[in-house]
Amino acid sequence: MSLVYSGVLSHAPGITGRAHLVENTEKRDEFYAALENQKSEIMDSGAEAIIVIAAEHFANFFMNNMPAYCIGIGDSYEGPIEDPKWLGIEKTKIPGAPNLAKRLTKNIMQTVDVAYSEEWKFDHGIMVPLNFLTPKYDLPVIPVNINCQGPPLTPLHRAWAFGEALRRACDEVPEKIALVGTGGISHWPATPDSGKINEPWDREFLGHLMRNDKDALLGYSDEDTYNDAGQGGFEIRTFITAAAAAQGQGDLQFYTAEIPIFAVGCTVARFSIE
Amino acid sequence: MSLYNLQKFLYELNRNESIQENYSENIDSLIAKYSLTDEEINALKEGDIGLLYVLGVNGQILMHYAALLGIEWFDYLEMMREGVRIHGPVRDGVYAMTGGGESFTNEEKER
Repeated sequence: MSLVYSGVLSHAPGITGRAHLVENTEKRDEFYAALENQKSEIMDSGAEAIIVIAAEHFANFFMNNMPAYCIGIGDSYEGPIEDPKWLGIEKTKIPGAPNLAKRLTKNIMQTVDVAYSEEWKFDHGIMVPLNFLTPKYDLPVIPVNINCQGPPLTPLHRAWAFGEALRRACDEVPEKIALVGTGGISHWPATPDSGKINEPWDREFLGHLMRNDKDALLGYSDEDTYNDAGQGGFEIRTFITAAAAAQGQGDLQFYTAEIPIFAVGCTVARFSIE
Repeated sequence: MSLYNLQKFLYELNRNESIQENYSENIDSLIAKYSLTDEEINALKEGDIGLLYVLGVNGQILMHYAALLGIEWFDYLEMMREGVRIHGPVRDGVYAMTGGGESFTNEEKER
């Protein structure tokens, strides 16, 4: 049928793994409630599968053969690769949607040279979103990766084109599909600066994102992003792809920089499908 | 090239449970398959998070490795800071420490 939902959410491992350390529990619980609401919206959309556009962290891909874009076409997946106690998520098996994923991939290849894989181990970049959005792991998942870790990175305008290709592919299959982009905005994860957040930068970016302002979104350079938003800011690619797929305006349902121990400005938003 | 090999080893370790089994007992034979400098070998044998960070190991790879070693979150952050204090700035990659080594969370400051 079509794309029935497009949204974005944060995926930092602290969101589940450091929940017990948070001082500002009121804000944490507001965030969790926003994620619960996102889960309900996806369920209410009638989605039969969910595409998770992630920025993985060396769970599957390395600099010996790093795809700019990759889609999972496997029967099932496993995760997390991280220590379950550290992440706060038990190891489990997650159903894939191989037939649908292959049809989407074939269509996307009309405009974007996407890689594909029948093997995929999920790290926190996918497991944290699934933990909130499909906690029973009963909704088939199509993992998608955009390389945001090992430069050289795909240009932002290609991330936009990838989103457009995903949208076209979704609209040409009979299944109802939800899509989420997961990543951080400004953040300096896995460094001693973990917890640093550039809130003004985040809010300006989110303004562009909610207006689905293509020119503004594609106007960021990696150099400026690195300086202003840290290496974690490279993950804006996943949000841009989700916006390009939706083509409509966004509704920022939750944002806070007040839980720095999660090491990211915690974000939940959805887009109008236009 | 050596940093590449160092990261490749940790990448394989982080994602492969069969390699993780008996890791500490098998570390010599495991790392012998990779072309590493003496400094890198010693850092791996010591589980020296600070030195590995300074050598330029990608932060995500290092974070997962620290979790595998069972290192608590705040200890892990402090080990990276200590590495910079001892060995100087991060030598490669995009995970350099950009601040002055201060903590950005109340939870850590109040420990």
